[in-house]
Amino acid sequence: MPELLRLATAGSVDDGKSTLIGRLLYDSKSIFVDQLEAVERTSRERGDSQTNLALLTDGLRAEREQGITIDVAYRYFATPRRKFIIADTPGHIQYTRNMVTGASTADLALVLIDARNGVLEQSRRHAFIATLLGIPHLVVCVNKMDLVDWSQERFEEIRDEFRRFAMKLEVHDVTFLPISALHGDNVVQRSANSPWYEGTPLLHHLEEVHIASDRNLIDTRFPVQYVIRPQSGTDADLHDYRGYAGTVAGGVIKAGDEVVVLPSGFTSRIEEVRGPGGEPLEEAFPPQAISLTLTDHLDIARGDMICRPHNRPLVGQDVDAMVCWFSDQSPLTVGARYRLRHTTRSVMAKAEHLDYRLNVNTLHRDGSAGSLTLNEIGRVRLRAQTPLMFDPYRRNRATGSFIVIDPATNDTVGAGMIVGAEQANLTNVVWHANAVERRQRPTQGLTVWLTGLSGSGKSTVAVEVERRLVAAGRPAYLLDGDNLRHGLNADLGFSAADRGENVRRVGEVARLFADAGVVAVVSLVSPYRADRARVRAMHEEAGLRFVEVFVDTPLDVCEARDPKGMYARARAGEITGFTGVDDPYEPPEQPDLVLRPGHGSPSAMADWVLLHLEGPGDGPAAPPPEDTGAAGP
Amino acid sequence: MTATYELTNLRALEAEAVHVFREVAADFERPVLLFSGGKDSVVMLHVAAKAFWPAPLPFPVMHVDTGHNLDEVIAFRDATVERMGVRLIVARVQDDIDAGRAVEEAGPRASRNRLQSVTLLRAIAGNRFDAVFGGARRDEDKARAKERVYSFRDEFGQWDPRNQRPELWNLYNGDHRRGEHIRVFPLSNWTELDIWQYVLEEAIEIPPLYFSHRRRVFERDGMLLAVSPYVTLAEGEEPFEASVRFRTVGDATCTGCVESAAATPEQVVAEVAASRMTERGATRADDRISEAGMEDRKKEGYF
Repeated sequence: MPELLRLATAGSVDDGKSTLIGRLLYDSKSIFVDQLEAVERTSRERGDSQTNLALLTDGLRAEREQGITIDVAYRYFATPRRKFIIADTPGHIQYTRNMVTGASTADLALVLIDARNGVLEQSRRHAFIATLLGIPHLVVCVNKMDLVDWSQERFEEIRDEFRRFAMKLEVHDVTFLPISALHGDNVVQRSANSPWYEGTPLLHHLEEVHIASDRNLIDTRFPVQYVIRPQSGTDADLHDYRGYAGTVAGGVIKAGDEVVVLPSGFTSRIEEVRGPGGEPLEEAFPPQAISLTLTDHLDIARGDMICRPHNRPLVGQDVDAMVCWFSDQSPLTVGARYRLRHTTRSVMAKAEHLDYRLNVNTLHRDGSAGSLTLNEIGRVRLRAQTPLMFDPYRRNRATGSFIVIDPATNDTVGAGMIVGAEQANLTNVVWHANAVERRQRPTQGLTVWLTGLSGSGKSTVAVEVERRLVAAGRPAYLLDGDNLRHGLNADLGFSAADRGENVRRVGEVARLFADAGVVAVVSLVSPYRADRARVRAMHEEAGLRFVEVFVDTPLDVCEARDPKGMYARARAGEITGFTGVDDPYEPPEQPDLVLRPGHGSPSAMADWVLLHLEGPGDGPAAPPPEDTGAAGP
Repeated sequence: MTATYELTNLRALEAEAVHVFREVAADFERPVLLFSGGKDSVVMLHVAAKAFWPAPLPFPVMHVDTGHNLDEVIAFRDATVERMGVRLIVARVQDDIDAGRAVEEAGPRASRNRLQSVTLLRAIAGNRFDAVFGGARRDEDKARAKERVYSFRDEFGQWDPRNQRPELWNLYNGDHRRGEHIRVFPLSNWTELDIWQYVLEEAIEIPPLYFSHRRRVFERDGMLLAVSPYVTLAEGEEPFEASVRFRTVGDATCTGCVESAAATPEQVVAEVAASRMTERGATRADDRISEAGMEDRKKEGYF
C-alpha cells in the first residue's frame, strides 16, 4: 500500500511553479479531462496565448481575476508508490503567512530557481521558511534549464551558491535537480538534454525519498485529547471503561510500558493500545490516532501528557519561540495577552519580551523591534498562565508548535515554534537557580572570532585586541587554538571531524565566556565554513553577538613567515592535512571584518577590530581601505 | 507495517480524520454530522464511529432532505442510522418552501440544490449546532481546494474565502461566538479514489446506486440524468435504459450517472483509478453554473 507524502511549494508564476505542478499532475495522469477543458476554456476567454496551468490551482474568484495565488491550495496526485498532497502557496513576501501554513505539515519542500536568474531573495526566503518550519527534505529545482542551453556549469554555479546559503540553515537533506517544467525534462522522465546529470527525475525522487525516519520515535509523547467513557448501563464491562484517546506525538507506545502522567506526576502502566474502531495494536507510533487504557484508575483529562518516567518533556510557563505573525489587524506587542493552542491545551499567555525581529530575506536580526506585524517573524518569550509540556520544535514538531489566537476576535493571529531546550531552559526551573539575567551582569560579552591560515597573524592581532580591551577596563580573554590543543582539545587530531569538534568546543567555550560578560577573543584557523557557521548560529541562538574577522593573508606570505616551521614540514611531507597545503581553507563569504597585510601592523589591525566592536553590530562592515594603516584611529 | 513504523496512505488519512472528530467532540458543545447517504457521508460516519469506540457516537446526524431524493438513498439512510444506533435529524427543504422562506425554481431545469442552504442554516440555528461535520473533499472543486478543515461561518452562516483562519499542524482553532459556527471537513485530504479504496478495505456498505445497475436515463448537457418524478424532460430529451452507476449522490435533479459495468467495490476502485474525469465534472450539473459556481454557493452557506 502506498504511503502519504506531503510537500510544500512556494513561488510565483514567473518561477514556473504552476507549470511544474501542472506538469507533475499532467505527466502522472492526475489532471482530469474536464479540469483541463475548463482551464483551456478560461484561458481562451482571458485571451491567454497558451493554456494557463496556473488556473488549475488558482481556485478563488479573486485569484483568477487578479491572476495571482492568494491562499494555500491543496492538490492531490498519486502514483502506485505514494500519494502526494501538495500545499501550494504564493511566493511573495506578503504571503509569508501562507507559506508558513503550507509548510507546517510538509515532509518535503520544493524550491524553484530560474536558471537564468540564479539564487534570488525569494529562493532564500523559501528555503529559510522551509527550514524554520522543520521540513526535513529540501528539493531545489533549477528550472528553465532549456533557456541556459542545459549548461552544467550554470547548474553547478547555482547549486554551489545555494549550498553556501543553506549552510546557515538547519537543513540536512538538500537535493538539486536541473529541470525544464515547460518541456517536462527531468520532471517525470529523465532528460536526454542533461547527460551530465546523474540523479533521478523529480517524480522518482519524490517517490523514493525516505521520510519514515523523520518522525520522532524516541521520545514518547501522548497528549490526551479526549476521554472515552461509554458509561454503558447495559454492558457491565464497559461501565468503568476509560479510554484515553489521542494522536501519538512521539515515540512508540505499547502495552506494559511504564508511564507518567503530566502534570500530575502519577505513574501507571499501559494496559492496552487500540487503533480506531478498537483494533488491538501491539505498538503505536506517530501520527496514529489511538486510544489506550491504564492499569490504574487515575484522574486524567484532556490536556494531560502521557510519557515515560525517564524521558519527559520540558514543563514550564515560560517559552521562547520563533513566532510568525498573521494578523493585519493588530500586531504582536509586548504585554499583550493571547490564547495559545498547544498540543491539546488551550491556555492564556502574555507576550513578555520580543528578543528580535528577523528579516526573512537577509536573516538579519533587529533587536530594537517593538512589535511583529503581518508576515513578520521574531523571537518571542511568552509566559503561559499554566505550565505547558513541550519539546523544542526542532526535536518534535507536534509538541514544539502552537498557534496564537486573539481572544478579542477569535482569529488565529500567529504560529509559534518553540526554540532549543537550552534557551527554553534559561527560564525554566532547571536554570532558574541562576537568577541573574544577562542584562543584569556588570558587562556584556561577545565573541570576536579571528579565522585565517596558519601564519596569517591572527594570534598576534588577537593578543593585541585582548590587551587593549583589558587596559580599557573591559573583561576579555584570549582563546588561542594552539594553546587550547594542550588542554581542552588535547584529545583531538587534525582530521576533518576532529577539526570540526575542535571548532565546536572552542565555540561553546567562547559562547559561555560571552554569556558571562567577557569578550572572548578567539584565534583559530577554523578552516571550514560550515563549522564557523554553526558557531555563529549557536551565538545568535543565544542572543550573543558574534564578530567574524577574516585575517586574509595570502598563502605565499604566510608560508614565507612560517613562524612555527609548519609549512616547511608540510611541504616536506612530514605532516599531512595541513591547511593551505593539502587541506582546503574555505574563506568566509560575509565576514564582519577583513584584515589584509595592507592594513598595516598588528597594532593597526587591532585598532580596526576595536573600532568595529564599538559599531552597532548589524551586518558586515565595509573592510577598511588597504595600504592606509596609518589612517587607523 | 509496525516493524518500520510506516502508515499507509489510508491509515494516515483515517488517523487525521479521527483526530479531527475527537478534537471537535472535546472542544464543542453541540456538534452534528451531515449525513445524506452519499458515499462520502457514509465513510465520514464510519470513521466517526471508529473514533469513539467503544462509546456511541457523541453527536447526532442530520440530513437536509430536498424531497427530491432517489428512494434508494432514503431507504439506505434510514437503515444505516438504525443499524448504527445514531440519532437522525431530518431538515426538510419542503418546510422552508411551505413557509415562504425559500422559493422554488421553475422550469425543466428547476433544482432544489441551492435551496438546501436555507434549510441547512435554519436547522443549524434552530438546533444551536456549533460544529457541523461535512463530507466535502478538497479534490472535488477548485474552491474546496482552499477550504480549511475547520471552516468558520459567521452569524449569517457565510463563508469568507478571503478571510480564512490560517491552519497549521494539527492545531485547529474552533473558537467562536454564540450564533457563529464551524464547518468541519474531516475528509478534506481524501480523494475519490481514497474513498473507494477505504470502502473496499473496510467493507463499508454503500447505497446500491453507486454500483452498476439498469436504469432509465436521458442525456442533458452531455450528462446522463435519471428519469424521476422530480425532473421534467425538455424537448428532444429521449429517455432510454442503460447500465449506469452514480459517482455522486445528491438531488435527483442535478446528479448525473455514468455508464458503467462496475458492480463491486473492487471494480469501482479500478474504474475510478482509470477515470480521466472528476466526479463532479462528470456528474454534477450544479457545478457547471459558472467558473465560480461552488465558491458562490459556499459563501451563501452551502455544504
